Amino acid sequence: MSTVRYSEDHEWVRLDGDIATVGITNHAQEQLGDIVYVELPEAGRTLERGEEFAVVESVKAASEVYAPVAGEIVELNEAIVEDPSLVNASADKDGWFVKIKVAGPEALEGLMDEAAYKAFAEENG
Amino acid sequence: MTKQTMNRQGRPSQAGGTGAEAADTMATHTGDRALMVEEKLIFEIGNPGSCGVDLPDPGDLTPRLGGLAPREGIGLPDLAEPTVVRHYTRLSQKNMGIDTTMYPLGSCTMKHNPRLNEKMARLPGFADIHPLQPASTVQGALALIEELADWLRTLTGMPAVAMSPGAGAHGELCGMMAIRAALEARGERRTRVLVPESAHGTNPATAAALGYSVDAIPGTADGRMDLEAFKEKLGPDVAAIMLTNPNTCGLFERDVKAVADAIHDVGGYFYCDGANFNAIVGKVRPGDLGIDAMHINLHKTFSTPHGGGGPGSGPVVLSEALAPFAPLPFIVSDDDGLKLIEHVGQDGHGAESFGRMKGFHGQMGMFVRALTYMLSHGVDGMRQASEDAVLNANYILARLDGTLSVPYPGPCMHEALFDDGFLKGTEVGTLDIAKALIDEGFHPMTMYFPLVVHGALLVEPTESETKRTLDRFIETLAALAAEAGTEAGARRLAGAPYFTPRRRLDETRAARNPVLRWTPEADLAEAAE
Amino acid sequence: MRYLPHTDADRQAMLQAIGVGAIDDLFRDVPEGLLLKGPIDGLPNHQPEMDVERHLGRLASRNLPAGAVPSFLGAGAYRHHVPASVDHLIQRGEFLTAYTPYQPEVSQGTLQALFEFQSQVALITGMDVANASMYDGATSCAEAVMMAFRVTRRHKAVFSGGVHPHYRDVTRNLVHFTGGTLEEHDPDPRGAEDLTGSIDGETACVVVQNPTLFGHVADLSALAEAAHQAGALLIVVVTEVVSLGLLPSPGSMGADIVVAEGQSIGNPLTFGGPYVGLFATRQKFVRQMPGRLCGQTVDADGQRGFVLTLSTREQHIRREKATSNICTNSGLCALAFTIHMALLGETGFTRLARLNHARATALADRLGEIDGVRLLNEGYFNEFTLELPGNAAAIVERLAGRGILAGVPASRLYRDRPVLDDLLLVAATETNSQDDIDAFAAALAEEIAR
Repeated sequence: MSTVRYSEDHEWVRLDGDIATVGITNHAQEQLGDIVYVELPEAGRTLERGEEFAVVESVKAASEVYAPVAGEIVELNEAIVEDPSLVNASADKDGWFVKIKVAGPEALEGLMDEAAYKAFAEENG
Repeated sequence: MTKQTMNRQGRPSQAGGTGAEAADTMATHTGDRALMVEEKLIFEIGNPGSCGVDLPDPGDLTPRLGGLAPREGIGLPDLAEPTVVRHYTRLSQKNMGIDTTMYPLGSCTMKHNPRLNEKMARLPGFADIHPLQPASTVQGALALIEELADWLRTLTGMPAVAMSPGAGAHGELCGMMAIRAALEARGERRTRVLVPESAHGTNPATAAALGYSVDAIPGTADGRMDLEAFKEKLGPDVAAIMLTNPNTCGLFERDVKAVADAIHDVGGYFYCDGANFNAIVGKVRPGDLGIDAMHINLHKTFSTPHGGGGPGSGPVVLSEALAPFAPLPFIVSDDDGLKLIEHVGQDGHGAESFGRMKGFHGQMGMFVRALTYMLSHGVDGMRQASEDAVLNANYILARLDGTLSVPYPGPCMHEALFDDGFLKGTEVGTLDIAKALIDEGFHPMTMYFPLVVHGALLVEPTESETKRTLDRFIETLAALAAEAGTEAGARRLAGAPYFTPRRRLDETRAARNPVLRWTPEADLAEAAE
Repeated sequence: MRYLPHTDADRQAMLQAIGVGAIDDLFRDVPEGLLLKGPIDGLPNHQPEMDVERHLGRLASRNLPAGAVPSFLGAGAYRHHVPASVDHLIQRGEFLTAYTPYQPEVSQGTLQALFEFQSQVALITGMDVANASMYDGATSCAEAVMMAFRVTRRHKAVFSGGVHPHYRDVTRNLVHFTGGTLEEHDPDPRGAEDLTGSIDGETACVVVQNPTLFGHVADLSALAEAAHQAGALLIVVVTEVVSLGLLPSPGSMGADIVVAEGQSIGNPLTFGGPYVGLFATRQKFVRQMPGRLCGQTVDADGQRGFVLTLSTREQHIRREKATSNICTNSGLCALAFTIHMALLGETGFTRLARLNHARATALADRLGEIDGVRLLNEGYFNEFTLELPGNAAAIVERLAGRGILAGVPASRLYRDRPVLDDLLLVAATETNSQDDIDAFAAALAEEIAR
């Protein structure tokens, strides 16, 4: 049973066991417009929560992506580097960025559930 | 006497004829339309063996290339002179320029580029001198640079000026390098630079390039930097404030003297971004405001041409405190005349200079043009030009207030800022308004800058526009704003421009699959289609 | 005042429409006492064109144009013949007075010319991609070193003693602020330098110039190999782009980044500026490249067109994280380069290069005959180094008095290097006639005999 949570920086996390899959939300991809390039980190790097780990570029903007959870990066989604439009097309599924190995379910503490994120996104734009 | 015969070859001379088709739906055989032609790349129209330059025969060459074999096959196309002239003439016809169109780009100061500037720059005594000729053979050039420097010092009320930076951003780098050098000379290593949120991207980029972390200062409800927020961020680790004045919202920073006092109180320096100097030349001296360094864009304020993206020139005026650290080279006067100081400590000069910023001495070609402009206008003319620039921007602001949305109350300086509030509830954005303006015969204003307002439209008419042109511009913008509110209008605007050599271009595709040069394979692929 | 369209009636009408009584009402945000009451003292008022022309003409006449006398100066700027068409075309108002092509629909002239420029630069340097130009060769060199630091994540640059000192100084200045180090090698007038021993696992890049400041030419393949083995980049500097018409390209010898001064093509000497910096690199580094880039795309009607692209690297978007703080390119100078190069083409460019080399060999032979003068170069393109039997700067000054611009004494470019005081850098181009060469040789022989 996987749990999905959201950060205030518009990232989503799906936890399965101790592996957290991370991406940016559909709301985020809408705001950014057509994504033209994604810069991913190296696998094996250890992240702290809130640490910048990737950059998403559209034609007119570059946005940092921040780690919603702490842990070690165990897998990268090369598909979005090959074809950045995947992030626009399927931000919350095929457009995932990295998989992070976390300490446990406590890694999701403090993150919003779906309802809370929906409200947050509407309010903050 | 010969009999006059009747000329039976009369032709119709009134407009209109028997054709019923409208011009814009009519097809031509070539796809070209009179003066509006498609133009291929030079690589696609080459004719191997032709040449546009006659050169003497080098004769049989016994190469002395240290054993290297002469190169074979570069891949450049061969073209004769008429082909090249026609090609680039046709390309030029696809551009808007100040010469053809009102070009109200905010913060760019697209004023008239006088042709006298071009004529003077091409005098052989300026154009055909090598930078490393003996000083005795270039006294006129050195005197010109000094004369221009004197104008810049006097107009700004500052004691010193560094002439070598090659552009505005380069001037920012120069000013900030001088500040860092001054701090290092005091034995201090400060880590932070303060920059208003509304600043141009070059400001934080310059500070970051020099190893500083950048703290953004928010703005107030009336479009200025928040003085209290600024003071809160101050500390002994702050090297400098980088403030644009007039600022990027087109407003004069009223608290500028308080800002100067506050930064000096903590031992930091005041860098002023002079991009908007055109609002105050001859009306205010930046030196009176307490600045330590300010770059001047000769290609904005002083009419040197923008050239499709450069070259610029960015001399930097400096305070007494920063003057010793000015970059090399600079000019001094001695018994033999004027000479260049090109090395640290040369003849006892420049001991504390932070070093060299570019090759040779600076943008001499732009110096000649700027001095020509200054002499033509004179100090009274430049004062009048600033007044007219400010008048024109306020005229636009006043007449469009209520039609477009104004984020900050006036008066403004030389540029008027609007945001996209007036488009709320429509399907139309700032971009669509800008593209529709193109069809109406205007170059758009600056869009989406500054970032502190949503969907910014920054309009800088400059002093070069007539009242008639300004009225036309105002009426057009009002008409487009009204049209945006209708469904049919929104649809039309979304597809603009319609009458340009190219319609809206796919920038996403250009960024996802960058094609940055012609290749022979590309040519074959096109031929195959 | 001919540049100001408004009459007083216009101004009055506009002030009324705004709702203020006087222009200074619009300046009311300026602090008390700081709004100047009248024109600033000490500067002249406006003047008619003819007076301005007279003033500038007098200043111009106090300079000796290089074309008026036999002239052999190089060292980073070269006197070449620019066809009349070039200057005529760049003065078309649609090119001259246009801005950066941010509205591509009405800037296809500028953009297509930039795409052609980028293509020409990639071809002549033998590289995959080039940017739309930078300020000059020296700043391009500094930017290349910064890029190498980013790409390799190392911070040491090995700098050859054959690179122009201005390029070294500008690079040193910029590197100083990033915590990087420049390992600077001594000036290399004899072309004897071997840098392979200086490359290690901490080297980000090796920077060499070909031909060197002193004119020596070399095969850089072995050096490229050594750099790559150590995970470092090879940066090649070219100050005379005409050499690329005859010498093997830096790309073919293994360069990772090529930077050059493009002035020789399309741009007159103009006392050192404005010039045009060329920057070219490999495809895999394209997103790390500073400066503007023009890319190909299609428009809403499916027609091929051009736009500025990959802008997210640049300052106006990335701000603190930009690849460089650079904003402009050297647009009009790049256009002049493109047009001149289009006129030359393959046929003309290669012929021009051979002609330059031929003139230089003729000059070298003639000067080498003079007693006491020694040519230090075995190989060169159009510039070489002479060892004179005495202080080169003094001889150059005396020759200038006789109406010969004899070349650049090495001491002009280096300070506190007495070992270089007798060295003279001499260049010849297609603009030097046999008469020039004979006059130079005769005068030099006389000055030496004194």
